[in-house]
Amino acid sequence: MRDHPLAQLTLARMREFYREPEAIFWVFGFPIVLAFALGIAFKNRGPGELKVGVAQAAGDSALAATLDRSPALAATLLDTGAARVALRTGRIALLVVPGDPLVYRYDSTRTESRLARLEVDEALQRGQGRADRLLARDERVAEPGSRYIDFLIPGLLGMNLMGSGLWGVGFSVVQARTKRLLKRFMATPMRKSHYLLSFVLSRLTFLFVEVAALVGFGWWIFDVGVRGSVAALAGITILGSLSFAGLGMLVASRARTIEAVSGLMNLVMLPMWILSGTFFSYARFPDAMQPVVRALPLTALNDALRAVMIEGAPLLHLGAPLGVVTAWGVVSFAVALKIFRWR
Amino acid sequence: MPAIRCSSLGKRYGDVVAVAGLDLTVETGECFGLLGPNGAGKTTTIEILEGLTLPDAGEVEVLGMRWGMGHDRALRQRLGIQLQETQLADKLTVEETLRLFRSFYRDAQDVDDVLALVELEEKRRSWVNKLSGGQKQRLAVACALVSRPEFLFLDEPTTGLDPQSRRQLWDVVTAFRARGGSVLLTTHYMEEAERLCDRVAIMDHGKIIALGTPRELIASLGAEHVVEFALADGAGRAPSVDELAALPGVQAVRPAPDRCALTVTAVHRAVPALLALLERRGAELSMLATHHATLEDVFVSLTGRQLRDA
Repeated sequence: MRDHPLAQLTLARMREFYREPEAIFWVFGFPIVLAFALGIAFKNRGPGELKVGVAQAAGDSALAATLDRSPALAATLLDTGAARVALRTGRIALLVVPGDPLVYRYDSTRTESRLARLEVDEALQRGQGRADRLLARDERVAEPGSRYIDFLIPGLLGMNLMGSGLWGVGFSVVQARTKRLLKRFMATPMRKSHYLLSFVLSRLTFLFVEVAALVGFGWWIFDVGVRGSVAALAGITILGSLSFAGLGMLVASRARTIEAVSGLMNLVMLPMWILSGTFFSYARFPDAMQPVVRALPLTALNDALRAVMIEGAPLLHLGAPLGVVTAWGVVSFAVALKIFRWR
Repeated sequence: MPAIRCSSLGKRYGDVVAVAGLDLTVETGECFGLLGPNGAGKTTTIEILEGLTLPDAGEVEVLGMRWGMGHDRALRQRLGIQLQETQLADKLTVEETLRLFRSFYRDAQDVDDVLALVELEEKRRSWVNKLSGGQKQRLAVACALVSRPEFLFLDEPTTGLDPQSRRQLWDVVTAFRARGGSVLLTTHYMEEAERLCDRVAIMDHGKIIALGTPRELIASLGAEHVVEFALADGAGRAPSVDELAALPGVQAVRPAPDRCALTVTAVHRAVPALLALLERRGAELSMLATHHATLEDVFVSLTGRQLRDA
């Protein structure tokens, strides 16, 4: 079994991969670093405490004390000059000028300021003893899957499947060709199908580590869960990985130099990084572009991954995107086999 | 039945004719050398025989089989091939590389035995990119031997190696032949061909220009020794080709820009006569050397060019 050519070829592929520290970083480390950085930057913090100012005048400290008692507000006493600067630079959302009547000074086009106006008025009116006529109870929902990180993790997963599929296959094939190793293999009774299949098998092995690392990281740090079944997720990632391995084979089928294949690789991947809704929704592109965008394999893969991870959709409902992913894989693999340069 | 037979082989790349109508037979158990300068068509020829390059014309039969008849893989089971300039995977160890190649063959040799054969046991756990040039080349030959081949193709197996590595590889080939294997090798080292080959074909411009045992080829020069000399500038008058040819024991004269080579039957008679002639002319020697005639001299006498700068 171990001495079967397919096993030996797959082992060789895997060894060549994990003995390359750069490859390990780009496949496993980089997406996690990216997820972490973007997750922190776009964390949904909620409104938190609104900063408001109270102008120095008679009765200012009483007002400030009343405002501070509200959990939504933090009040500071400011003299007129400082208050103007703070208001203009957005360090406070609103300035309360004591007097009769009270003056609320704020920019009504700023959502935060309008929110502060409501909160300040509420706190002060209640402080004066206003009672609510209508009873109401707050019921807070935190919809899972509505945060940016929930959107991002499946996208990063898709992007990573694309990158490792294309690079993992394309780079090694072209390297073997430039080093005449491919020709050397052709001088043995090795089956071509075994050679190509070994890439697929080693990709699948690393796929599990890759997916587990990113999904596990999202779950551990950002509490990004998988709402659908793990089996569905596994199925989609395997399909996606195979499809991009096929595309990688196609990209590498003729190229004679590493430079040539790198150029082709970027030509294929760059549009998808931007168009396929990895970092932001592809709905932002004009309607005329939508059919093209949706026909891209990464778009379809991202859609399917999000449907399973965020919405918990069953595989059966994902026929359309999975069909697109499969078609790309089958067609590119078939064409690659046809035009592959074995020498 | 000969191990290899090919006739009227032809191959061109665009306007360049690489192989121009070549006939060749390698007997079973024989070590056959294709000798020639770079660009003579040796590699194209050997790769056609290996079934890696399609010829434009001609017939090839290897171990009684033809390429492209649907049993190529069965034929490959019986061959061992070392290609010129193959770089094996850098980050696999010697042992892993051999195990990989071994897996392609039905009746392969034990990895340990092959390692012993090429004396790489101590390097079995080293990555390929940590090996010296000679070690890499021995590994390449080991990958060819691991199949227990009946026929071994070696394309310039010792090019660029130091003398010691070269001798080690010669030992490997000699051991392979001792067990009954047949070999076809290309080289541009005449010494290598003389040491290893039963028969040698000298190639130039895609054709075989001489064929025979090394001894026969050297004998075709008509004399066993070569005397080379060069004259210091400006002193006296250089003797003419006819004058040199008339010296006792001289069979042939090959003038070259920087030196003149005489093929002689007896050095002890030719050299004093040469010195006397130069003395009379008032010419002064800047160099004088003699050696046993080699295949190199055969090549020079056939083409008028030196092998290394041809």
